[in-house]
Amino acid sequence: MAAPKKGRRPTGAQGRPGRALAVILIAMVALTAGMFISKQTTPRLGIDLAGGTSITLKAKSEPGKESAVNETNMNTAVGIIDRRVNGLGVSEAEVQTQGRDHIIVNIPKGTNEQQAREQVGTTAQLYFRPVIAFADGSPAAPEATPSASPSASGSEAPKAGDGKTSPSAAPSSSATSQGRALSEALKAPAAPTPSPSASESKKADDTKAPSPSASASAPATGDDAAAAALQAKFAALDCTDEAQRAAAGKGAKPEEPIIACGQRGDAWGKWVLGPAQVNGQDVKEAKGVIDPQRGQWIVTMQFTDKGADKFAKITGELATKQMPQNQFAIVLDGQVISDPSVSQALTGGNAEISGGFTQQSAQDLGNMLSYGALPLSFTEDSVTTVTAALGGEQLKAGLIAGAIGLLLVVIYLLAYYRGLAFIAIISLLVSAILTYTIMALLGKGIGFALNLPAVCGAIVAIGITADSFIVYFERIRDEIREGRTLRPAVERAWPRARRTILVSDFVSFLAAAVLFIVTVGKVQGFAFTLGLTTLLDVVVVFLFTKPVMTLVARTKFFASGHPWSGLDPKRLGAKPPLRRSRRTGSAPAPVDAKEA
Amino acid sequence: MSKLGDLGAKLYRGEVGYDFVGKRFLWYGVSILITITAIVALAVQGLNMGIEFKGGAVFTTAKTTVSVAKATEVAEKASGHDAIVQELGTGGLRIQISGVDTDAATDVKKQLATDLKIDQASINADLVGPSWGEQIANKAWTGLGVFMVLVVIYLAIAFEWRMAVAALIALIHDLTITVGVYALVGFEVTPGTVIGLLTILGYSLYDTVVVFDGLKEGSKDITKQTRWTYSEVANRSINGTLVRSINTTVVALLPVAALLFIGGGFLGAGMLNDISLSLFVGLAAGAYSSIFIATPLVVDLKEREPAMKALKKRVLAKRAAAAAKGESPDEAYAAEDEPQVVSQGRSGRRR
Repeated sequence: MAAPKKGRRPTGAQGRPGRALAVILIAMVALTAGMFISKQTTPRLGIDLAGGTSITLKAKSEPGKESAVNETNMNTAVGIIDRRVNGLGVSEAEVQTQGRDHIIVNIPKGTNEQQAREQVGTTAQLYFRPVIAFADGSPAAPEATPSASPSASGSEAPKAGDGKTSPSAAPSSSATSQGRALSEALKAPAAPTPSPSASESKKADDTKAPSPSASASAPATGDDAAAAALQAKFAALDCTDEAQRAAAGKGAKPEEPIIACGQRGDAWGKWVLGPAQVNGQDVKEAKGVIDPQRGQWIVTMQFTDKGADKFAKITGELATKQMPQNQFAIVLDGQVISDPSVSQALTGGNAEISGGFTQQSAQDLGNMLSYGALPLSFTEDSVTTVTAALGGEQLKAGLIAGAIGLLLVVIYLLAYYRGLAFIAIISLLVSAILTYTIMALLGKGIGFALNLPAVCGAIVAIGITADSFIVYFERIRDEIREGRTLRPAVERAWPRARRTILVSDFVSFLAAAVLFIVTVGKVQGFAFTLGLTTLLDVVVVFLFTKPVMTLVARTKFFASGHPWSGLDPKRLGAKPPLRRSRRTGSAPAPVDAKEA
Repeated sequence: MSKLGDLGAKLYRGEVGYDFVGKRFLWYGVSILITITAIVALAVQGLNMGIEFKGGAVFTTAKTTVSVAKATEVAEKASGHDAIVQELGTGGLRIQISGVDTDAATDVKKQLATDLKIDQASINADLVGPSWGEQIANKAWTGLGVFMVLVVIYLAIAFEWRMAVAALIALIHDLTITVGVYALVGFEVTPGTVIGLLTILGYSLYDTVVVFDGLKEGSKDITKQTRWTYSEVANRSINGTLVRSINTTVVALLPVAALLFIGGGFLGAGMLNDISLSLFVGLAAGAYSSIFIATPLVVDLKEREPAMKALKKRVLAKRAAAAAKGESPDEAYAAEDEPQVVSQGRSGRRR
């Protein structure tokens, strides 16, 4: 290309094209580098393109509740599992019912399969139950008890280091003296946070000898045979044993007291729990969030109206009690996943749990609370790997077709815009590089997976992206037709083109955002792709196409309106300096006929 | 240079102008006809829903050496429906066939056993419920509804309510046509199709918004001049953005057409067909409707306004006066070309 015209400095309105170009170049280099550093050089593919793991779940028909396995409940379960495995909604997992009582979950390759299986299969029913008694997970030997308690409140609070563990609790509560300092505190937002306690001592874990006496007196309530039986079972329960652990809380009716195991820190604890007061369906939403004031992870909960009433009632009762009976346990599929204590009645339907969460544990609990309320319980029937649902040939056909389509676009643009087409094509290329690298990085970051519909969405996005250039180019050509030279034409065309681009991209983005928020699964993944490409379109036009156009307008080839530049004033039919309107327009004016 | 380039210049200068607005009733008629056809096709033929929506059968075989391609062929022949075959980690095959109910499943199973030379007992048959597609479709409808409300509000603020109404009608028009084509051709409706439809709604509005943006600009000071009526300004706006509309549509359609005709047609990729057909029809309908339906509708709504009626009267009166004097209309307006001139009170020339 020819050297820039000398003697004229760009006016202020032309901005600093170099700066914008530098920004986008740095962004591209950074993204590409990030891609290679994270070793994630290709976008993760959805199950239709890459295959993955197929998990078959079977709904358990429990005694007395056989009719619970019905279509409505199955569909509710599908919805919940879908939200669970799709997390952010972009991992493209498929969940569908099969037959009367099966659910198939297909998870694309590259997903953390173990985690997915846990999310899909092992979680089932969620209840909030008041704590009646608590003990170490193993049937502790009597002699272990005295030593364990003091140490718990003292040296053994390493995990959460920063918090107080209410040392008085353990020694003073006589009946259930093994109830350690609370692990998490549930409280109104303003209250200070007791930190999680100590993990169990190794000693307790190692003590295998069953020792019924360890767990002391009966809970204040039940004084009948059932309570005694429960008590005996509780005493004998060894939560360090996997089989016993799994059996402990299973199959119990929500309205009956149960015994259950759960993990506390690194060790196991066991509980006697009262009847369920609140169940998972009462939780509207729960999230693991970082509390900016204290800089720690907490779980916020929002209850439904009905749930809020129930929750207010239970917290009101619990707040008046002593450790550990001021706690309630969140029981998921028979296992205690959290046992916050309550210091006051919590009305209004909002609550938060704090203390010793990591980001992972807070978000996990949030997820479980949000989506834990499966109406049925499931067993894992089979887990198997599957090949891509869409054959390799189909994918190849699609890619070939896509390449041919792109080639046609390039030919068309070249034929129509000539020199300008190069700017359009390079802009498309920049857009493609940004899209590709971001998608690859998001595969690792948020589990984004690209499936065939998303690929098609990206192909349509070519049209939307190219439209921005076309709008701008046509504006420039209009300005040249007005008789302007290229440089002012480029600058004058920009504000008008910019407005059109922003308004239409906004509509496109709105569609994507609404779909993303409202829908699930595949549609959500697609909406994500559409939104991403729309945003990148704006970025590319502003930071690349416009600055390049400004630079190019300084070259002789374009500025002089070379016939191959696509900006030849003669071909564009620029008005001569002395212009006289010849617009006959579209006006169907009959007077036209009388033109002399 | 291409003919289209010259066309662009001529359109810009107004040497060539297609009377989209004047002939709008013709296009309304065409659209109504297409819409009725679509609705009739939908009512008579209905949509061919895929396995994800109406359920189907899933056959799982024991370890086998039969190739996926072969199994697909056999399954489609045995059932007469589309089949998706996947290889399982166990070495067996999973064959999903849409539209197969309990009774038919037994026959298909027998047929599969014979053709694939597998023991019938080692094929497991299961019916797949429609929950997946139902859920996706239900949520997609919700999304569509929410989006329509929001976009109408946005267009009413950014432009005006008449344009919002017109855009909405054009959008519904596009969706109806696309669904109608599906009913007519009998293509299978899959979640991919739903996604294609949702893309259309974004794209259709995108296209409409670009044309409306031109119209808004063109009609900014319309009451301050007496040369054009609103419908004529609207028509000029369409013509002004026509080249852009053509270029954009061509650029968007080319890759989709390649997917549809090359990817789907010659290479026989079934799923690509689903998505690209809905996209192709929808994109074409979207481009058509923004020019022939949306903008003329705005004109119809706008010309009911008293201000626009008065303008039309003034313009026509002036033309009549000019004609009576034997002047060519061009001369009468020669100096009134630029909007800024107009806004400086040139209307005083009105006789």
